[in-house]
Amino acid sequence: MTEKILNLTAGPGAAYEIDVHQSGSGPDLLFLHGAGGLFADDPFLAALSRHFRVHAPRLPGYGRSSGDTHLRDMIDFTLLGWDIADALELHKPLLVGHSMGGMIAAEMAAIAPDRVERLALLCPAGLWMDSHPVTDIFAALPFEFPSLLLHDPVKHGALLSAGGDFDDAEFLTGFLVENSRRLTTAGKLLFPVPDRGLGSRLYRVKARTQVLWGNSDKLIDPAYAAEFTRLMPNAQSILIDAAGHMLPYEQTEKVINALIGLHN
Amino acid sequence: MKFTWFNLMPWPHLPDNFRQEYRSVWVDIPTSLYDPVKGHELYNVYLDELEYAESLGYDGIGVNEHHANAYGLMPSPNIMAASLARRTSKSALVVLGNSIALYNPPIRVAEEFAMLDVISGGRLVAGFPVGTSMDTNYAYGQVPGLTREKYAEAHELIRRAWREDEPFAFNGRYTKLRYANCWPKPIQSPPPIFIPGGGSLETYDFCLENDYVYCYLSYSGYKRAKQLMDGYWQRVQEAGKDMSPYRAGFAQTIVVAESDKEAERDYRQHVDYFYNRCLHVYPGFADAPGYRTIKTLKANVTSQMTRAAVGDVSSMSWDQLVNDGYVIAGSPDTVVEKMKEMITGLRVGNIFCLIHVGDMPKEKCLRSTKLFAEDVMPRLRKMWPEYANDDRFWIHPVNHAARSGVAAVAGA
Repeated sequence: MTEKILNLTAGPGAAYEIDVHQSGSGPDLLFLHGAGGLFADDPFLAALSRHFRVHAPRLPGYGRSSGDTHLRDMIDFTLLGWDIADALELHKPLLVGHSMGGMIAAEMAAIAPDRVERLALLCPAGLWMDSHPVTDIFAALPFEFPSLLLHDPVKHGALLSAGGDFDDAEFLTGFLVENSRRLTTAGKLLFPVPDRGLGSRLYRVKARTQVLWGNSDKLIDPAYAAEFTRLMPNAQSILIDAAGHMLPYEQTEKVINALIGLHN
Repeated sequence: MKFTWFNLMPWPHLPDNFRQEYRSVWVDIPTSLYDPVKGHELYNVYLDELEYAESLGYDGIGVNEHHANAYGLMPSPNIMAASLARRTSKSALVVLGNSIALYNPPIRVAEEFAMLDVISGGRLVAGFPVGTSMDTNYAYGQVPGLTREKYAEAHELIRRAWREDEPFAFNGRYTKLRYANCWPKPIQSPPPIFIPGGGSLETYDFCLENDYVYCYLSYSGYKRAKQLMDGYWQRVQEAGKDMSPYRAGFAQTIVVAESDKEAERDYRQHVDYFYNRCLHVYPGFADAPGYRTIKTLKANVTSQMTRAAVGDVSSMSWDQLVNDGYVIAGSPDTVVEKMKEMITGLRVGNIFCLIHVGDMPKEKCLRSTKLFAEDVMPRLRKMWPEYANDDRFWIHPVNHAARSGVAAVAGA
């Protein structure tokens, strides 16, 4: 496993530093993380790397990546995604995005449909249905995260807090500072309503697409899976039991098997 | 000293079990708790109180902007100020202020403030707050991580719109106007500009670069404000600016009675209503991620977001609120003594007097207002004598004779 920093331009006199996790061997897979970012010793990436050559960039505001002031709207994130893929010299990788990362991945496939042949969206953000309002994660308090994001908070709760205790004020202070950095970036796509027009562009996606959803997702209702497949020409959805919004972490093997199936 | 009589305009009919039954006074409080017929009377009472304050010689009367908030019923402060502009003739109209990032396009603020300044004959004090996270992000949907950039651009547009004599093209990131052209122009060029701040270095510097008045609008009183205001004055010195106390303002809850005992007897329940009911804000709304800069956050992060803190509905007592300076309460002698401590301790020339408190009825409010004006204010007037002629930070109305119609109406 390696971590490397990509230095990318963000226009005249402006730059991004992008911290990229790379591991494993096999077909190239570009993974875009959700609003919570990658986790320490990320267990999903570790499992993925047994089957794929995994490239997982951290967006500005996450980890050591910087340059978040240059990111303002959807097109900035979408083009940054392609700039990262170019800097990594990836040719038609399997493109996978979780939650906010799924929103960005779908936009990348819509803006450059001939560059993506296989796309996997893991409970992606990006659409809005009045019948199923997306929960406001920005007003949620950290102690509420486990029950909001997980099917089984007891089993997987430690993942979100890296083993810390959200009821401990000192731990919470440090967490809030990092959480604020992350969600400052995420808010540019997701606040106050996570719809930046993706729905009107999804028709352009040519990639064979799988939309995977946790059946217990309380952040973005599984009803959105059908909405994505309705709007995309070549997509199928798979609902997975015993998983919440943190689907790739709660049902890692099922997700990876689906990705292997998609690749083949 | 400049004293501005301020009314937050709270809704006085929140139920006794409000904190147990509702998670927040702000953002998601249901409007089923509001009654527009009672609201009709209430707005008129509150405006009466502001007009009464002018008649007693307060230097300013103040209004502000909140959204989806049951303790601040002024989503449009300019409507209140417009009403006051026609019914008053002497006091400054302190609009504290318009959250300029929320107006689309923000030249609307330049126009409406200019209207208020012209109607009132040059009596406008223009406040430019970023707005709280509850207002700006949750109630008005602004993206937290972009709010400050949008604010800075709106500020640039408004100042330029007041300054330029010809239409100009404004190519901002958030606002594009081919013909930016502010009709009317304000009488004052520009009106005094007040900036509410919460302790960030960026806001200190913004005020100093532009000679704006830095205002700390807390409800937690002068004793807890010391550190923040000391930080400001240190920055003033570092910037090589003069130390005029009129560069700063502070909001303080004040209630005055004939004696300390009477103050407790008459005002205790209303203070309790404000501090223990009106300020019940869900911590998840207090600080949208990205609203504060990381630097400010590191210095100020609180532990109000634990499960235990959210579940805590314990109340602050009268003794605690008075002893800790949240509220200045008592006889005129007591209030004068504490006000002096506050004014010198914080080095402030502008006081925003929060004399209407919580669900205080009109007659109590008028009495406290009168006692402060007659038995407290005169004894504080001459503070900061070395800055007695510093008029840079206050209104410059046109002379009275040149004003049309105003005196006749207000004097009627």
